[in-house]
Amino acid sequence: MVQLLLYPFNLLINTMEGVGRYVELMISMFRSLFSWHKYLSLTVDHMYNIGVLSIPIVILTSLFSGMVTSVQAAYQFESGFVPNWFVGSIVGESILLELAPMMTALVMTGRIGATIAAEIGTMRVSEQIDALESLSFDPVSFLILPRILAAAVMFPILVIIADCFGIIGGLFAAVNAMDVSTLEFIRGLRNWFRPWDAWFGLIKGLFFGVAITSIACYQGFYTTGGATGVGKSTTATVVISCVAIVFLDYILAAILL
Amino acid sequence: MIEVKNLFKSYGEKGVLSDISFSLQRGQAVAIVGKSGAGKSVLLKCLIGLVKPDEGTIYVDNKLINSMSFGQLQEIRASIGMVFQFGALFDSLTVSENISLALRKLTKLEEEEIQERVINSLESVDMANTEDLMPAELSGGMKKRVGIARAIAIKPAYLFYDEPTTGLDPVMTDSINRLIRKFQSTENVTSVIITHEMRTVYDVADRVLLLHNGKIRFDGNPDDIKNIDDPVVQQFITGNSTLALKGDVL
Repeated sequence: MVQLLLYPFNLLINTMEGVGRYVELMISMFRSLFSWHKYLSLTVDHMYNIGVLSIPIVILTSLFSGMVTSVQAAYQFESGFVPNWFVGSIVGESILLELAPMMTALVMTGRIGATIAAEIGTMRVSEQIDALESLSFDPVSFLILPRILAAAVMFPILVIIADCFGIIGGLFAAVNAMDVSTLEFIRGLRNWFRPWDAWFGLIKGLFFGVAITSIACYQGFYTTGGATGVGKSTTATVVISCVAIVFLDYILAAILL
Repeated sequence: MIEVKNLFKSYGEKGVLSDISFSLQRGQAVAIVGKSGAGKSVLLKCLIGLVKPDEGTIYVDNKLINSMSFGQLQEIRASIGMVFQFGALFDSLTVSENISLALRKLTKLEEEEIQERVINSLESVDMANTEDLMPAELSGGMKKRVGIARAIAIKPAYLFYDEPTTGLDPVMTDSINRLIRKFQSTENVTSVIITHEMRTVYDVADRVLLLHNGKIRFDGNPDDIKNIDDPVVQQFITGNSTLALKGDVL
């Protein structure tokens, strides 16, 4: 009974302790930013893993997101009061402002966040991080900095790719499933387009990328308890990243729009 | 020379090391033994600065390492080779890259010299022609040998071994013990060997420290430990779990 009553307090203390350690790790990471050039080749390797290898899944998800948005917009316009070219406006704005960065972030949480947490967690439990330290490597500079830098560069690029393919998917669905011509779709797209919307999506991509990789690195870095611990870190990465993404999504919208 | 004075370390409520003091002379081979969880590995990690003690001082070559920054520790670590329990080889790198990574970081050797040092290190642990293998392709004993090769490649003044023979078959255990002895005699390194294998102690060490409940229970040479009249020590060295201990269960 006492344990049950103490549970919320313990949870709060553990959460605050975790936030403190996360902030401490990020401060160490920012301090090591000055030595980024020493880890350039590692950063490029991670850019390939995080960015290039994720392109197919980003294309696939954004393509279908655009198609679904198009079909659902057309369904809403069935009344006939709204002109068909509005589909292009709806798809464009939805993709640029929300769907491309959000879908990319959620897919990358599974693909990249879980991978990073498992990799670094395994290195922790198999003493590879201790070995790095014993060889005079700063594990934060060596393991965390290149991954976060790579994500900060590649996530906005992935969002651009998702923007393009989301709109292509929307166009494809609008032309094939509805009575909307390509020109009408593009007219709608251009009608509501503001360059800031595209920038906003890229800024969100940058924040989401840094959030996912930093959470994954933190979870991996402080893994304890062998294989079970690695599993827990991976699960925690996915759950916390998803929550962080929706939280950041709201904060950024409230501040920047 | 390594000097440890009044070292204390605990994790939460659990005390791991309590008032540990000893000093190691250059060229000594010291085995630190004790049951699992006695604090041997924590002590070894304190010596290399991977774990910060709660109290006490550790001097390596007359330099206090407790209060050193990461940059200062780098200098000390360049003189210490650490062999981890399961090798701790980097999964994503080949055997050759595992060894050369340390050399690139800790030495100013040219690329040709690094490659030569890698080959020589592997040859000295009987692992020639394995440069291009990945750690996943190696057996447990081979991983430990490559771990030793990585540690000796930097030509350290100190070699720390964490359970170098645990989990190996008798032949491989003998082979690793011979390697430790070989580096001891040819390179004149100071070796600290964490183990609970008494065979390794008798084969390799010229001094033994037995940790029990976080304290040093015995400090002497391997011949003396056989004759000492202490049930805790006798139970450990004979491995006889039925040996009666008066209120002091090992």
